[in-house]
Amino acid sequence: MRHTILLSLYLAAFWLANSGHYSALMLSLGVISIALVVFIAHRMDVIDHEAQPLHLTLKLPAYFAWLIKEIFVSNLLVVKHIWLGNKSISPVFMTITASQKTELGKVIYANSISLTPGTVTVNIEGDKFLVHALLTQSIKDLESGDMDRRVTQLEN
Amino acid sequence: MDAFIHISSSLFLLIGSFLCLSGGIGILRFPDFYTRMHAVGVTETLATAMILIGLILYNPDFLVDVKLVIILLMTLFISPTAGHALANAAMLNDKMQKDDNKQNSEVKSSTS
Repeated sequence: MRHTILLSLYLAAFWLANSGHYSALMLSLGVISIALVVFIAHRMDVIDHEAQPLHLTLKLPAYFAWLIKEIFVSNLLVVKHIWLGNKSISPVFMTITASQKTELGKVIYANSISLTPGTVTVNIEGDKFLVHALLTQSIKDLESGDMDRRVTQLEN
Repeated sequence: MDAFIHISSSLFLLIGSFLCLSGGIGILRFPDFYTRMHAVGVTETLATAMILIGLILYNPDFLVDVKLVIILLMTLFISPTAGHALANAAMLNDKMQKDDNKQNSEVKSSTS
């Protein structure tokens, strides 16, 4: 029930932010469409803690801030190596172990790896991630487990 | 104040364009599929963010700003998923080709 109410509120905010028309007709059409979407989502049985991770809400901003810093740093590194040319890169495949217990945690970790340029999650089997990296250094940074630890903290 | 906003917005747009250019050069320069994916990563994260921030600063309309922020968030959520799907497909394709080669060589060795 809590998730249903929250989904309706999110959708209402999204609709208002996208519309910019506040006449009675438009608003009632908005209400109808939100009700329809919530109804369909309810029938599909996708309104749960996985689609709307409420328990993460408080911890997410700090993680996002750290992730944006990480994205910035690794972007500069990749751009540097683009201009330095092929001799400066050392592409490598490596398997790393994830310590997250839930599926959601693993998804967040794998997406964070892919989001930072220079590393891409290629395959996931259980808690083993196959990662391709542009530089051997970036895979060492991953293996040191800073990001892994932060995602696990987020999850608990 | 107006001049300051204009200058900073142009600066963001300029940096974003430079990063896009770098990503494009990376695609042409790097040797194989996976390394080229990393070059695309620059275009789809920081370059997009810089250009959208530049546009947000340039535009005074609040509703348009909200839409630009939504575009930025969507890009940041979608691009790693698409990147993972691409890389995964490439890996499966590599595996299949290796298996094919193995079978072919086995056939050849058995016939000769």
